[in-house]
Amino acid sequence: MELLPELAKLYPSDRLFTKKSQLITYETDGLTSFRSEPLAVVVPESNEEVIATVRLCHKAGIPFVARGSGTSLSGGSMPVEGGIVITLNRLNKILKIDPENRFTVVQAGTVNLKVSQAVAAHGLYYAPDPSSQQICTIGGNLAFNSGGAHCLKYGMTANHVLAIKAVLADGEVIEIGSESGDTLGPDASGFFCGNEGLFGVALEVTLRLTPKPQRYCTLLAAYNSLKKAGDAVSSVVDSGLLPGAMEIMDRLAIKAAEMAVKAGYPQDAEALLIVELEGETDAVEEDFKHLLALIENTGAYETRVAANEAERLTIWKGRKSAFSAVGRLSPDYLVQDGVVPRSRLGEALVKIETYSKEYGIDVANVFHAGDGNLHPLIMFNGKEEGALHRAEELAGKILKMCVEMGGSITGEHGVGVEKKAYMPEMFSEIDLECMKRVRAAIDPKEIANRGKMFPGGEAPALSTVGSHPLEKAGIISRE
Amino acid sequence: MQHAIDKASLGPKSKALTQGVEACVHCGFCLPTCPTYDEMGEEINSPRGRIFLIKEVLEGSVPMEDALGPIDNCLGCDACITACPSGVEYDHLITAFRAKAESERSQPLGRKLMRSMILNTLPYPNRAKWAFRAGGLVRPFKGLMPKSIQPALDLLPPTLPKAEYLPEIYPAKGPRRGRVALLTGCVQQVLAPEINRATLEVLSANGVETVIPKDQACCGALALHTGAEKRALKTARQLIRSIPDDVDALITNAAGCGSGINEYSILFAGEPDEAEAIALADKTKDISSYLDEIGLIQPPPLAESMNVVYHDACHLAHAQGERSAPRNILTAIPNLTLLEPPDWEICCGSAGIYNIEKPDVARALGEKKVTNLMSTEPDAVALGNIGCMTQIQKHLESYEKAPPVLHTVQILAKAYSD
Ligand SMILES: Cc1cc2nc3c(=O)[nH]c(=O)nc-3n(C[C@H](O)[C@H](O)[C@H](O)COP(=O)(O)OP(=O)(O)OC[C@H]3O[C@@H](n4cnc5c(N)ncnc54)[C@H](O)[C@@H]3O)c2cc1C
Ligand code: SF4
Ligand code: SF4
Repeated sequence: MELLPELAKLYPSDRLFTKKSQLITYETDGLTSFRSEPLAVVVPESNEEVIATVRLCHKAGIPFVARGSGTSLSGGSMPVEGGIVITLNRLNKILKIDPENRFTVVQAGTVNLKVSQAVAAHGLYYAPDPSSQQICTIGGNLAFNSGGAHCLKYGMTANHVLAIKAVLADGEVIEIGSESGDTLGPDASGFFCGNEGLFGVALEVTLRLTPKPQRYCTLLAAYNSLKKAGDAVSSVVDSGLLPGAMEIMDRLAIKAAEMAVKAGYPQDAEALLIVELEGETDAVEEDFKHLLALIENTGAYETRVAANEAERLTIWKGRKSAFSAVGRLSPDYLVQDGVVPRSRLGEALVKIETYSKEYGIDVANVFHAGDGNLHPLIMFNGKEEGALHRAEELAGKILKMCVEMGGSITGEHGVGVEKKAYMPEMFSEIDLECMKRVRAAIDPKEIANRGKMFPGGEAPALSTVGSHPLEKAGIISRE
Repeated sequence: MQHAIDKASLGPKSKALTQGVEACVHCGFCLPTCPTYDEMGEEINSPRGRIFLIKEVLEGSVPMEDALGPIDNCLGCDACITACPSGVEYDHLITAFRAKAESERSQPLGRKLMRSMILNTLPYPNRAKWAFRAGGLVRPFKGLMPKSIQPALDLLPPTLPKAEYLPEIYPAKGPRRGRVALLTGCVQQVLAPEINRATLEVLSANGVETVIPKDQACCGALALHTGAEKRALKTARQLIRSIPDDVDALITNAAGCGSGINEYSILFAGEPDEAEAIALADKTKDISSYLDEIGLIQPPPLAESMNVVYHDACHLAHAQGERSAPRNILTAIPNLTLLEPPDWEICCGSAGIYNIEKPDVARALGEKKVTNLMSTEPDAVALGNIGCMTQIQKHLESYEKAPPVLHTVQILAKAYSD
């Protein structure tokens, strides 16, 4: 079957892109070191169109990639060469708001922040807050089980997804989970979260809404060493306080963020710690007193408290702009996303610093300290011969360190294409084999986001998985 | 972002054409503030997509012809600059690229005529006046006119206000705190001469003497923003010549002019008089910024209390980064309550001659803007740009009780005179 003529029957020409000038703008995502050109890009306006597209791809055996806003930092939404990109940006309607039962149903292309804006009038919001929240989509969040500064207290995307309607890679439409969050048997929607686009395309997502905290108390503490800031995080956690967010930025990240948003961060600090408490007014104010006393003993040389909402938002704006702002310091960078046990944060930071010196490559650090989720930004100039390669080597070293320390190669940005080579560091062959089997059951032709997440090339279906022993014995068959 | 652009082949504009490409990290933070992305939801019609596309054209892998559609769709509203954490100078990029595109494109006759008509009239107050009058006369016969000029006719005012006589020097009241030159603006002079009058009064009340050079010319912004570079250079040069050296600042009260002059570094790149042009650009200040800088003389209270919603003109807020000065001025006026509309950062659809060339997008944006402004239930709308003023007034026509749309200095002048 020729796919393009079939797609042309499904889409008018202004929603089916095949010209080079159109295709190239979808070549890459937030990780521009990896690029590839798709065969076509489609802009569906209904679930039916998405479903029909997936079915056509399945029939033709041509891979597809679902794409939200293309902010993936791991090459997750990079097209598969010669495949189809299904953009979900026009499927961005909020279908239902149920303030009483605190949930909302949205189309997968809805932007994260728009959900909170739409329910704000009811005193509710959508808690997961990736730094890219003003543009990343719920579909992308779901695929990567995205987190954010406030996921320390509230959990990642998976903790807020109640139900999902999706079309699987073989064209089957499923509805899993329930509005109430009660499900019989395994947590199917939890299972769908973090699939990195390998199962199919999410169409509609039911999200849990959270009441807006009555009061926020936010402080900014400046340190003359990264280690002190890291240790401060441990003391806060050990004290039993449960902050909504705890974030650290190092000198380079502070500099970049300050250039971008003029947040008024202390410019001479080696590290900044942001801690935010939130909840009911009385309790938060009481806890905040404890927090301030505690921070005083952590060696902070300056502590500032956000006096009002505007000051609080400025503090956060600086933090949330930090990744992109590093573009002001370096033409190119790789953002890593490794996790270490929180208690070993200080140690990990010292190691990264040593690696950075060893390679002669600057590394800015900005991270979700409360979860031990590091985000080293490895800076390089792609124009220099071999610079990307060296940056990748350094990134690899950091990832290995994370695994060795008992952490993970990714906290929230996903494996994508970028980290797939490191999967074997974390998972045994048997683990990977098991994952492949799950994938094969859902997507026998491996057309959904082919070539991502699993180590190795774009191995065609079955060859990576091999036949199941029962197949070999002729007991079952996939045909 | 990495690129393989041959910088040497781009001449004096190479910095403007590559800074944005190099600084862009493809994070997408600019997408939600881009009006065309909001309308279309397509990467190619987003700032990030356009930057990528420009890169490909400059690298030679995509023909210029294929990039023109999305490039023409860009309003030049610069909202993406405010949103960008990575410091992409998109204004310089698009201006330089448009100039390049304009010199290479083969264009349909209709577009050429339309552009030529606009660029030959609007920047010249006398011609504009005649054109508006003539346009007003033919408006009833709009249906008989070629489709490409119908949107332009829609924007024409039914009648023109009386021209204001402007003296060569407007003296300061009280002890003199400064001396400035005023750019009187082209379209504004014809459509809303009272803005210049109010500007002079306000400056005077603040102890500032104003020179109004008689031989001043259009700043060139309109031509520059549409890629008509030679024309822009010619009139900019005349403006530069006309401004006396002994003034503290060149004051603009139309944001589009201010941002146009700010871009002289691009327009004059590699020209023999580059330094002079940049010197004038450095001296150029929006009226609100200037007043805020010298410190406003406390205005007396308004006779009647007034709820004013402030509209951020793109060319002031995004292109010149000025959001606080007009607010400082308005909130300094006793008896005035300042209101903030939702989605302040989204363009009203006026954007230079965009509302003439892309009427559908412009209309959708105009309607959204007016809905947002009206949601605050204002007694008046304040702003700092004539283009926005016309666009917002037009979209307010459908409201039964439309509030007046005023320049910030008009409200301030009223306070001083109340
Ligand atoms: C500056 C910056 C800051 C960031 N900060 C954070 C952060 O704090 N926390 C965090 O977790 N991430 C962060 N990210 C990463 C990124 O924003 C998230 O991964 C986000 O969830 C991606 O959303 P998107 O809509 O851009 O998805 P895309 O990049 O378009 O896609 C991401 C993946 O999801 C898949 N996908 C998209 N839509 C669907 C769908 N409907 N069904 C199935 N699969 C789908 C794609 O195939 C792809 O594999 C940041 C990125 C940037 C650029
Ligand atoms: S200038 Fe305005 S319309 Fe053009 S890309 Fe930037 S935000 Fe979009
Ligand atoms: S916000 Fe800036 S860096 Fe990010 S994609 Fe837009 S222009 Fe590029």
